[in-house]
Amino acid sequence: MRTIHDIHGGIHPPERKSLSRPGHLSDAPIPDELILPLRQHLGVPAKPIVNVGDSVKGGQVLAEAQGVMSVPVHAPTSGVVTAIELRPIAHASGLEDHCIVIKTDGLDQWLTLSGIGNWHEADAAALVERVRDAGIAGMGGAGFPTAVKLNPGPTREIETLLVNGTECEPYITADDTLMQCHAEELIVGAQILARIVSAKAILIGIEDNKPDAIRRVAAAIDASGADIELATFPTKYPSGGEKQIIEILTGQQVPSGGIPADIGLVCVNPGTAVAAKRAIIDGEPLTHRIVTLTGEALANPQNVVACLGTPITALLEHAKLVAEDQQRVIHGGPMMGFAVSNLAAPVTKITNCLLTPTAKELPLPEPAKPCIRCGHCAEACPASLLPQQLYWFARAKDQDQLAEHRLFDCIECGACAYVCPSQIPLVQYYRAAKGQIRDSEQEKQRSDNSRERFEARQARLEAEAAAREAKRAARKAAAQSKAAEEGEDPIQAAIERAKAKKAEQESAS
Amino acid sequence: MSLLKVTSPHAAGQNRVALVMRDVLFATVPGVLVLTGYFGPGTLVNIVFGGLIAVACEYAVTRWRGRDPMLAISDLSILVTSTLLCIALPPYAPWWLITIGVLTAVLLGKHVFGGLGYNPFNPAMVGYVVLLISFPVQMSAWAPPRGLAEVPGLSETFLHLFAPETIDAVTAATPLDLLRQNTGLLFDDLMSTSPELSGWGGIGWFEVNLAFLIGGLWLLYRRIFTWHAPVAMIMALAICALMGYDGGSSESGGSPLFHLFSGATMFAAFFIITDPVSSAVSNKGRLIFGALIGVVIYLIRALGNYPDAVAFAVLILNFCAPFIDHYTQPRVYGTGRPAS
Repeated sequence: MRTIHDIHGGIHPPERKSLSRPGHLSDAPIPDELILPLRQHLGVPAKPIVNVGDSVKGGQVLAEAQGVMSVPVHAPTSGVVTAIELRPIAHASGLEDHCIVIKTDGLDQWLTLSGIGNWHEADAAALVERVRDAGIAGMGGAGFPTAVKLNPGPTREIETLLVNGTECEPYITADDTLMQCHAEELIVGAQILARIVSAKAILIGIEDNKPDAIRRVAAAIDASGADIELATFPTKYPSGGEKQIIEILTGQQVPSGGIPADIGLVCVNPGTAVAAKRAIIDGEPLTHRIVTLTGEALANPQNVVACLGTPITALLEHAKLVAEDQQRVIHGGPMMGFAVSNLAAPVTKITNCLLTPTAKELPLPEPAKPCIRCGHCAEACPASLLPQQLYWFARAKDQDQLAEHRLFDCIECGACAYVCPSQIPLVQYYRAAKGQIRDSEQEKQRSDNSRERFEARQARLEAEAAAREAKRAARKAAAQSKAAEEGEDPIQAAIERAKAKKAEQESAS
Repeated sequence: MSLLKVTSPHAAGQNRVALVMRDVLFATVPGVLVLTGYFGPGTLVNIVFGGLIAVACEYAVTRWRGRDPMLAISDLSILVTSTLLCIALPPYAPWWLITIGVLTAVLLGKHVFGGLGYNPFNPAMVGYVVLLISFPVQMSAWAPPRGLAEVPGLSETFLHLFAPETIDAVTAATPLDLLRQNTGLLFDDLMSTSPELSGWGGIGWFEVNLAFLIGGLWLLYRRIFTWHAPVAMIMALAICALMGYDGGSSESGGSPLFHLFSGATMFAAFFIITDPVSSAVSNKGRLIFGALIGVVIYLIRALGNYPDAVAFAVLILNFCAPFIDHYTQPRVYGTGRPAS
């Protein structure tokens, strides 16, 4: 039996998971229009390879990856490309981004897909290529290109592939549902990923508030006969943070600024593992995902399989939104999700949940009161930071102290703000402070660059001047030595040459 | 329907400053009741009168500073400050003493630094020390316990606030005073000759300390503060007392139990040094903060001029808190310990 370690801090907010009936899954209707952002992942946007007016089929590549930190985008169904333009996307900034817009034809015709039959013997590099070509990016929320994660580099030996089935955010049940409905695929996917990174062991971690998922996954492991370890651990937010689950299950900490592979681990979301299985064995690109539609403002909360690109409004209608005058629509969970500013924005690869709470259910924050330094935030912080001190320094814009108190080790989980008796929006202060520090670093970089440019120019000018001087001196020396050799005064000679020239000109005229 | 733009986290816990302050006020009830039982209603009257002055002062100052007075008063912090100060004042203190103490605590202890959350010193202790230095006679006039003298009634006590002649000015030395003044008697003889010293900490004082201990343990159970500072202070005081206790000569500093259950020990451990604003922030820091307070309390009690020393010890360590913080930052996730 594996020793389960405890993490520092953490909180127990009301879970509200049963609201969306985990374990039940249905297909969301295909909307008339799909909006597919070119960047649904962390990194460089994909580059469109279709034109407006093109007919496309399900599974067809619409945009290809640009470089390593990028993944392609595929059509989730058949239809016609009607636009490639800026559209509102679901992002905390509320900004627009480039999207491919498809008018769906309702026929849902697909390309013929073919997988790699014998993945056990296939080359790991070929498998990674497949994962990238399928457009897979981490489906837990960050959207990190999976193929990059599967290339930890030759110096890092991977011991364990860890499947993070924690899903510690309240309300969200997308991973829970996926593990219940697709446990067999999850097992195969985990085996494939473990093969790719040459991991010696596979470990699946699930929080103990998901007994059905635990049972289903355990049964699937037994049925497969694979050597896979299933570990369960007590429910606590934010146990599902990558760094947190690693400490819970291994007792090790990912070094600050490092990645899990530094301590021999690759950590993936269950959705990512299932997507990898479908990409390798079925040849299926990532075009759909499970989205939890929940919150008391929905008459019919549920989990659906939605086409990527489905407008949020279509899904909320499907779940029968009874909106309040002032409605919050949260992309992600109540702790780390962001409020959507335009419901026309589409579902992307990272949309695990759309939460529409009533004002009574999740009341709006009260006006912040002064910090009394009670320290509850420090007790709750999973990174063992001192949030009350960070708040103090963030308000004072004291960047040295913020660095000293390790602001950048904050994972923005919101546990501090949750327990704060003064209702101070602490995470907001930390985000702003991080932004300011990044800005001033860029500013410093810019000024360093121009200083270097200036110094280089100065050096070049000086070198040129010195070269000219040296040349002149050399010419002078040459002339003098010539004069000494020939016994002729060069100045006198020049004067005589000039006189002769003048006389010649005069005689010519 | 309009969409609300707010940032994460969207969920909030139930804890509020006013609830914390309310719990602290509740937790003083056993101690105040026992004080009242042994020394009469003087402390109770202190608290009521001081509370009124404090709220009026807070209202005026926050208004003058352009803040919302009701918001400031509704968090109850002002009542915690005044109540803690008034518990520390001698029972049957004159009205002006209470008023000066409360105004000093609120204005000099808190608002000059920017109000709640910005004060580097414990406001109640600032008020107390200013009174102790300015009015030593009135501040050392502690009431005799029931049994050694008549205890006045409630109405007399209220009248006494403004008409000091209402009650015969009977005062008695506290056990710590007696110990301080003792020059020739063995500790056991002192205990047997002074009726005030019967029991572990003197008449009434053991029970008062026990009551504050119970209130403090309840706060600990309610997770209002962590155990670090109180436990460190009590342990440090006990160890110092043990080292200074030679079995009971006239030079003896008093037994560890005497020190733990006399004077303001438990009140300080659970109600004064646990003030989060002016203490160290990390758990390790609070251990050091509490332990040093315990040491300083013992040093002043045993070697200094004042019989009790809580207020001075707390203020001295308030000075040190930022320094302690600097050296006691907790180890952040992923730093320090190398991956094995």
